[in-house]
Amino acid sequence: MPKPKVALYWAASCGGCEITVVDIEAHILDVAKAFDIVFWPCLMDFKVKDVEAIEDGGIFVTLFNGAIRNSEQEHLAKLLRRKSKVLVAFGSCAHEGCIPGLANVTNRDEIFKTVYQETASTDNPKGVLPQTKTEMPEGVLEIPEFWNKVCSLDQVVDVDYYVPGCPPQSNQVWAVLDHLIQGKPLPPKGSILGAGQKTCCDECPRVRKEKKIKRFYRTHEIVPNPEECLLDQGLLCMGPATRDGCGAKCVKVGVPCRGCYGPPPGSHDMGMKMISALSSVIDSEDPAEIERIIATIADPVGTFYRFNLAHSILYRVQEDLKEKQAVK
Amino acid sequence: MAFEPKIVGFLCNWCSYTGADLAGVSRIKWPPNVRPIRVMCSGRIDPTFVVKAFREGADGVLVSGCHPGDCHYYQGNYKALRRYHLLRRVLEQFGIHPDRLMLTWVSAAEGERWAKVTQEITERVRKLGPLHLKD
Repeated sequence: MPKPKVALYWAASCGGCEITVVDIEAHILDVAKAFDIVFWPCLMDFKVKDVEAIEDGGIFVTLFNGAIRNSEQEHLAKLLRRKSKVLVAFGSCAHEGCIPGLANVTNRDEIFKTVYQETASTDNPKGVLPQTKTEMPEGVLEIPEFWNKVCSLDQVVDVDYYVPGCPPQSNQVWAVLDHLIQGKPLPPKGSILGAGQKTCCDECPRVRKEKKIKRFYRTHEIVPNPEECLLDQGLLCMGPATRDGCGAKCVKVGVPCRGCYGPPPGSHDMGMKMISALSSVIDSEDPAEIERIIATIADPVGTFYRFNLAHSILYRVQEDLKEKQAVK
Repeated sequence: MAFEPKIVGFLCNWCSYTGADLAGVSRIKWPPNVRPIRVMCSGRIDPTFVVKAFREGADGVLVSGCHPGDCHYYQGNYKALRRYHLLRRVLEQFGIHPDRLMLTWVSAAEGERWAKVTQEITERVRKLGPLHLKD
């Protein structure tokens, strides 16, 4: 019997999700034994036409990492969706936009202006910007169209499962792959695999007291006590609004949770959950003092939505305020 | 047709909803732009509700609870107060005019005040104009 086919692809991502698959170490041989790897451009030489040649639904599972922010990534996402029985949004970028998704605080025009005109190292006197089509003596050159926004995978195609994390922890990746290798029944569509059902705080070994926060600190401003809850100490730890499954790695070494495992069950919008959580522990009933405490949070959207902006309810920065200011 | 703001009002069961009810039985007129939703406490109003209302077409959101010190659950309204301040800051960063969100306290005896508050937010949002959220 031929082995089931498996594909791995990357779109707008850093490559960390590819590394985490290789980080399962010798188990990678079990994967190669159980599956026929038909597409994995990061590690092996395949061409898109190889995928196109596979019959629809011919790939058993595709692990797709990376957000979608240009027409080529969209094309590959749609192609792999068609060819795959099971499509997994693998890692935080495909799951909810992750760091690339922070580009949704701005737009294409602003990004192009910064990247191709304004940075100190840019030498572009004619102000040339990327064009999707360029006429050359040899013919027309085409490059993918850059979008005005960053999307998670499920905003572009139908997704069967999600594996959260930036990157997903390798032990969790192996647990997911082992499940597939053993041919165990698949969980209900839309399930989050390779993660827990609680919050990061449930895995955190630090000692928690009743939280009473009079000001927030950035990580470089204090040396945290190694035993106590980081949020108790005023560090903005996303633990209460983040799904568990990572083993609380960051908090164990004194770094506040940044929220890469996404929102916990029952929640969709991490940032709003974090506002809720913090509002319960800010220790003041006086509006002026509350404002002073909140002012010590340097960048609320960038902190609360570091991994979740493209998948949040508001999704991107809006023009409402700009329009109102223009009227004034 | 002139712009009529759509405003979602989240009212606590014990004070503000009863206050709005009093406005009704006292035949005090208040703008129909505010659509009340009753929740048990202003501390129950998750910021997610507010942005979801904006996402689904509201031009403004009104959160109304018991006066400070009068919360039926002792301190739920203080939680609402802190959420309001933090949420305003986040809305501003999201490019949404923070005045589209209003927090107010209306007791069960303040039917007149309910009418005044709803007029205030309706006029405020009318001036701001419709909220067009982009994809």
